[in-house]
Amino acid sequence: MHKIIKYTFFDLFRSKWFLIIALFFLSNSWGLLYFSTSLSKAILSILHVNIFVIPILSALLASIYFYNSRNFIELLISLPIKRSAIFLGQYLGISLSISLAILLGLGIPFLIYGIFSDSEIWNFLNLIMNAILLTFIFSAISYNISLLMNDKIKGFGMVILMLLMFTIIYDAVILILLLIFKDYPLEKLSIILTILNPIDLSRINTLLKLDVSALMGYTGAVFNKYFNTFLGTFISYTSLFLWIFLNIIFLLSLVRKKDF
Amino acid sequence: MIKIQNLRKSFGNLEVLKNINIEIPNTSSLAILGPNGSGKSTLIKSMLGLVIPNSGNIIINNQLTHKNHKIKKQISYLPQSIQFPENITVNELIKMMEDIRNEKAEYTYWIEQFELQNTLTKKIKTLSGGTKQKVNIMIALMFDKTEYIILDEPTVGLDPISRIKLKEWLYQKKSQNKTILLCTHILSDIEDICDTLLFLLDGKVYYFGTIQELLESFNENKLENAIAKILTHKKSNIA
Repeated sequence: MHKIIKYTFFDLFRSKWFLIIALFFLSNSWGLLYFSTSLSKAILSILHVNIFVIPILSALLASIYFYNSRNFIELLISLPIKRSAIFLGQYLGISLSISLAILLGLGIPFLIYGIFSDSEIWNFLNLIMNAILLTFIFSAISYNISLLMNDKIKGFGMVILMLLMFTIIYDAVILILLLIFKDYPLEKLSIILTILNPIDLSRINTLLKLDVSALMGYTGAVFNKYFNTFLGTFISYTSLFLWIFLNIIFLLSLVRKKDF
Repeated sequence: MIKIQNLRKSFGNLEVLKNINIEIPNTSSLAILGPNGSGKSTLIKSMLGLVIPNSGNIIINNQLTHKNHKIKKQISYLPQSIQFPENITVNELIKMMEDIRNEKAEYTYWIEQFELQNTLTKKIKTLSGGTKQKVNIMIALMFDKTEYIILDEPTVGLDPISRIKLKEWLYQKKSQNKTILLCTHILSDIEDICDTLLFLLDGKVYYFGTIQELLESFNENKLENAIAKILTHKKSNIA
């Protein structure tokens, strides 16, 4: 499997995508650092860019890469190498190269700023960790959708629908639910709903650390009330890892039966 | 020896392979022929593990293929067309294949025959269609130790000289007692290279035997006439 990871990683590393992603995050994080009055405010602003841009970038790139290499995958399957190694290797290679581009883009301005001698270092590392986890989650979801859909156009359509669902529709649904059932205790429901959306999880995860309750929203506030910061962080991280883990299990079961 | 036992495959409601049972002895050169949609590609893809059969077994060298992916080390497979990763050079592609197969490749023969010396350091995306097909052939056939050579429409898109060179290589492999499976619509290629024929019709084996016997049974001396007779025979059966 490590061979497939290596080749996928370097193939993407040398593509224009890598440069585009790294430059985007570089200019974004440099700009926000430059214009913000404090580090924690800059981290907060970057977080809000991250939770929208990273899911879109990783999902689209994973899907494009899969469909472009579909034909080559057929050749790989005919070689003496396990099916699971090919697909898992490709997924990990894609996620790792996007993560590296984001890490470089986000990290370099902070390094120049001197983050390692600042008290905000943990919040910064938390931001990076969330960015990487979101990359792995959304590449996995979109890779699985692409595996399920033989038709490229339908596959892209489904990936975009999935993104819309997690970024916009989900919040709207939560809001409507909270309005309709406002007379009932909704804390548990809202916690479950948060865990079911990795974008929400990642947002709350960072906000808990930064302690800006005004920006947490209802679900974040409930999270904070129910769990203390430590437990809240633990639960949100576990749920994010669980998202990756379950998607990998699903990927492995999909490729076992897939015809090419 | 390749044994195919009770092989069935459906895509949704469409039954593509209907209980295929054949044994392909080693050292044979077999042509797989049949009209479009008869199941040729599905049969080849099942052997390579690209398609998962609904039931039945494929046994190569006494080993079940779906349980042992290492058996594919014995197979060279040339797909009809292939899109390689675009950002790597031909040289890197060769190294990558060697790395994945854990085997040294004998590619100098193909470099000389197809005059690919200047393309080695070029990125795949800069190559022309014909050169890409040559690279495809080189990548597929550069592992010399395989026992089985499976080719899917190998001569499509090739210039006449390269076509002759590919055929010469296949004769050479035939004389080295390798097993060749050729899937093509070009009957002259079959007559040149193969001695046995598997004719598939609607997912079933319609004919499996030597080309010589087929010609004799239809009292023909050209393969295309015999094939035409098979197909008209089928039409009159349906009517």
